[in-house]
Amino acid sequence: MAIVKNDSVIDQEWITVDIEGDLPAGEENIIVPLARFKEERETLIGRNGGLGVQLNSGDAPEDLADDLDRLSIITVNFPAYTDGRGYSYARVLRERFGFKGELRAIGDVLRDQILYMHRCGFDAYELKNDDDVSLTKVRAALKEMTVYYQPTGDGRATAASLREQRRAAIKTAS
Amino acid sequence: MYRYDDFDRQLVLERTEQFREQVERRLSGDITEEQFRPLRLMNGVYLQLHAYMLRVAVPYGTLRADQLRQLGYIARRYDKGYGHFTTRQNIQYNWPKLDEIPDALLDLAKVEMHAIQTSGNCIRNTTTDQYAGAAADEIEDPRPYCELIRQWSTFHPEFTYLPRKFKVAVTGSANDRAAVKVHDIGLRMHHNDAGEVGFEVIVGGGLGRTPFVGKTVRDFIGKNDLFSYLEAILRVYNRFGRRDNKYKARFKILVHEIGIEEVQRLVEEEWNLIKDGSLRVDDAEIAHYIEQFAPPAFETLTDDDAEFERRKAENREFANWVRSNVIAHKQPGYAIANVSLKPIGGIPGDATDTQMELVADLSDQYSFGDVRVTHEQNLVLPHVKKADLFSLWAELKNANLATANLGYVSDIICCPGLDYCALATARSIPLSQRISERFSDLDRQHDIGELKIKISGCINACGHHHVGHIGILGLDKRGKEFYQITLGGDASENAEIGKIAGAGFSEAEVVDAIESLVTKYLGIRETGERFIDTYRRVGMDPFKEVLYGDR
Repeated sequence: MAIVKNDSVIDQEWITVDIEGDLPAGEENIIVPLARFKEERETLIGRNGGLGVQLNSGDAPEDLADDLDRLSIITVNFPAYTDGRGYSYARVLRERFGFKGELRAIGDVLRDQILYMHRCGFDAYELKNDDDVSLTKVRAALKEMTVYYQPTGDGRATAASLREQRRAAIKTAS
Repeated sequence: MYRYDDFDRQLVLERTEQFREQVERRLSGDITEEQFRPLRLMNGVYLQLHAYMLRVAVPYGTLRADQLRQLGYIARRYDKGYGHFTTRQNIQYNWPKLDEIPDALLDLAKVEMHAIQTSGNCIRNTTTDQYAGAAADEIEDPRPYCELIRQWSTFHPEFTYLPRKFKVAVTGSANDRAAVKVHDIGLRMHHNDAGEVGFEVIVGGGLGRTPFVGKTVRDFIGKNDLFSYLEAILRVYNRFGRRDNKYKARFKILVHEIGIEEVQRLVEEEWNLIKDGSLRVDDAEIAHYIEQFAPPAFETLTDDDAEFERRKAENREFANWVRSNVIAHKQPGYAIANVSLKPIGGIPGDATDTQMELVADLSDQYSFGDVRVTHEQNLVLPHVKKADLFSLWAELKNANLATANLGYVSDIICCPGLDYCALATARSIPLSQRISERFSDLDRQHDIGELKIKISGCINACGHHHVGHIGILGLDKRGKEFYQITLGGDASENAEIGKIAGAGFSEAEVVDAIESLVTKYLGIRETGERFIDTYRRVGMDPFKEVLYGDR
């Protein structure tokens, strides 16, 4: 297991807490499922230590809209790589609500989906491989394609915008 | 016609390299067949009964001569010398070797083609009217919008792992030749009260095991807003479409289960949040795409051509072909020529390498290098001078491509069935061949008039049997093939799902059953009625009676 973020492997600094059971007593950084966050919001916000939320398929990212500035991390769980709901959740969080914290893909995260995840706003990926293999995979995945047709919130220039720039430059030159 | 620029070219080349690398990882055992499956499917590679199958995209059914020529080359080089045109305006090759597919994709990339998203749970190839840009009844050429949809949907990062596949079809004419009402999204171009051209948005149509005619989610969306609206629909589907059961995962099931009003509420709510964003396409951008599909350099001609009329009068066979296979063009002096891939007793939609090369050459010679693929599995030369029709016909006839049966009883839509397909429960090709042979007399076919027979070899309905005037569904009953007949289906603007006539027929009985339906129709039709008109007038009972008697 390795977490890749910003072109490097990072340490796991978060404890993922279950839907039930005691919260860690100290100042640990914890990630709770959305359902628990909704249930115990006051307690969780009042706690010392970092707070994150895990979204599972079927959850509504809208439920976090008012609390995003309190969250350092949101993990989105892909129960299977074929379940693409998390891509929509990521775009809603980034593009609609302007979430600035870490957005981490967890679960069935495979190399061939990482570029799409990045385009939708993910900036961290938890892979099941060891550190070196994970880093190599993420690096390879992110540079596989260089042409993008769709505007998303990822900051990449789309083919349409580059064409427009080119047409404008030709116009200016002539 | 649209030409790739360096961005499009780069994208396809990168994709080809990516797939080559994925194939290498599969062959070396680095990824399992299960992990490879969605990757190959996203590149149109299926594993069928006997071999891998490669499905190549023909975006909105438009081909240039050089592209069709290359499809012929690929049939010869990587397959057994033929290809199969499909109901989604694509072409399939039945016998490629996995380790050669990356090379085939590279050869496709050389002519600006690919197999991207011809399979998988993503947005598939967008289809449209095969007569786009040529039809006399067209409001506007739909292809500029189809090309914009192609780009928007290609590697859409959010919509590549949808609950299930997703199909979009567009018509620019009130006479729907693209079956838009049986697609996940159907777009019908029309004018609003202000006289602007935009699209009616129809959702939740589809065939398969649970057929539905689509419902209107929005009566009019302007051209500038079309793409944000599509994105809103897809986001609603991606988030809320069922994923617990493969057979209930299509968009049509969501529309059916929560209702069109709720779908509309969700879509409109989503759209209102994104409509002013970066997916709004301005008029200048649209104009740029309209320019790419500008009409070819037509000559100024009178609509009548004396030579053409003389040939028709002198040659009955030619006149028959003109009557069935030639359609009115918007430009005076020109016509749309349909190239039948349904020779009597042939395999519907199949074309050999040399036939493809010939049609490519003929399109260069007679049709500005423009060829179309139809969802009814024929080819079209869309811009032929009436004065050239006779020469064109003579050359097509030499290659067995001039069967005068467009829309007639032997112009059958047919899936590959149990001869190729891993999903099939019965053979469909041999049955279509036998029906075609039974009605081989062209005079009889002309007398019968328009009659659309559509055959599927399983309930997935690739052969569109639900919307055949006569639909045939091949099933398996205790190891024996039998065939269920549906009547009254229609894929046009008057779309309807056909009704099952009754118990199925054995392979030996089914052709007689079809003939008895046709005989009944001929006996009771009123002047000018097509089979479907008569069926609508008299209903199922008289037909049921000839099929089953007192049974």
